[in-house]
Amino acid sequence: MTAITFIKPDGEKVTVEATNGATVMEVAKDNDMPMLAACGGSLACATCHVIVDEAWYKKSGEVCEAEEDLLDTAHGLTNTSRLCCQMKVSGDVDGMEMTLPPMG
Amino acid sequence: MSEVHSTDVAIIGAGPIGLFSVFQCGMLKMSCHVIDALPATGGQCTALYPEKPLFDIPAAPNINAVDLIERLEKQIEPFKPVIHLNQQVTELEKIDEHWHLSTSTGLKIQARAIIIAAGAGAFGPNKPPLDNIEQFEGNSVHYMVQKREDFRDQRIVIAGGGDSAVDWALSLADVASEVYVIHRRDRFRAIPESVAQMKALADAGKIELVIPYQLASLEGEGDQLKTVVVKTLDGDERRIEADHLLSFFGLATKLGPINDWGMDILNGVIKVEPTTCATNIEGIYAVGDIADYPHKLKLILSGFSEAAQAAHAAYLIVNPGQALNFEHSTSSGLPTL
Repeated sequence: MTAITFIKPDGEKVTVEATNGATVMEVAKDNDMPMLAACGGSLACATCHVIVDEAWYKKSGEVCEAEEDLLDTAHGLTNTSRLCCQMKVSGDVDGMEMTLPPMG
Repeated sequence: MSEVHSTDVAIIGAGPIGLFSVFQCGMLKMSCHVIDALPATGGQCTALYPEKPLFDIPAAPNINAVDLIERLEKQIEPFKPVIHLNQQVTELEKIDEHWHLSTSTGLKIQARAIIIAAGAGAFGPNKPPLDNIEQFEGNSVHYMVQKREDFRDQRIVIAGGGDSAVDWALSLADVASEVYVIHRRDRFRAIPESVAQMKALADAGKIELVIPYQLASLEGEGDQLKTVVVKTLDGDERRIEADHLLSFFGLATKLGPINDWGMDILNGVIKVEPTTCATNIEGIYAVGDIADYPHKLKLILSGFSEAAQAAHAAYLIVNPGQALNFEHSTSSGLPTL
């Protein structure tokens, strides 16, 4: 199991145990994090936008062109913005932290 | 007072599950009115991925989303549903045994039961989360262009990096006095020829590409915009004097008024009893992506089944005291309403 930490829009920090191979979006939904993830992970929206802690960004994986295109429609982007449906849980990201932007 | 439509079941949402709910209700001889915020039926199938093939619809090995919707419409035709497009249900109130719905265009419907098949919510413009943006809407902030002439000799800021942003930059370059295109990166999601034309206009000094910037804030008086403030990720700020902002970030879904009806909602989905799709409010059912229960699969095929569950449960509300004789369609045929 791998630990993932979500920082909610109100600042509350929640660390959860995640199964390797799951997407971070699935982990967030399973733990009732405030996130729409409207399209269910089919790369059709940007409602699972997260801001990955800078120290972890490089380990969060490659950003494909389709994800970049959808990030164009997210707001409040940073240099470490990701769609978390495109991030897989693995031992490499044990301890990873990310901030959830307010839901639109 | 305007006319009030009367029906057995009002269905909120004309996506695949809303449409199939009409079928299931029709098989139980219940009439339906359907309301949707979009200008066309089909919900996400039509708005987000019309040309994408679906592979997991039973007995349709490979079907385009838009064809699926066409077939569903054909399937419900015998039940003569009344479909009201381009409007959102804004109010829902129970008076005696009837639900009274009002929509954003002033339509009024009275129904015995409600089926909510609203997917991820009503589609509307994906608005940038700027504090005071609503103050300028209607006069100087726009999410679509009605008349190009409205922008003659005006200073226009276009925000976004897709087809709409690029197409309107090209079109307004001849009309507006100044056109600025704000985008977070150099790549645009648009037809390459159009992007090339836009870049040529920028090289010729006819428009200005403001890259890599994002909208930061808006300043003005009343509903008149004066300045659009944009920032880079490194915090560099630029102030652009402008009369209008055209914001093109595509569509976003919002539950909107559904949040206010007292239902058990968490993170955009409604808790239902999985065998009936009943919500916590008697007479209101939720089906499809918006309905949630343990181990829910957000699949169209789950939604079809939920539509059948909800219709059978709603029958007892619509026809109080009447027995519901379960029948297969092979025995009953298509009932006439």
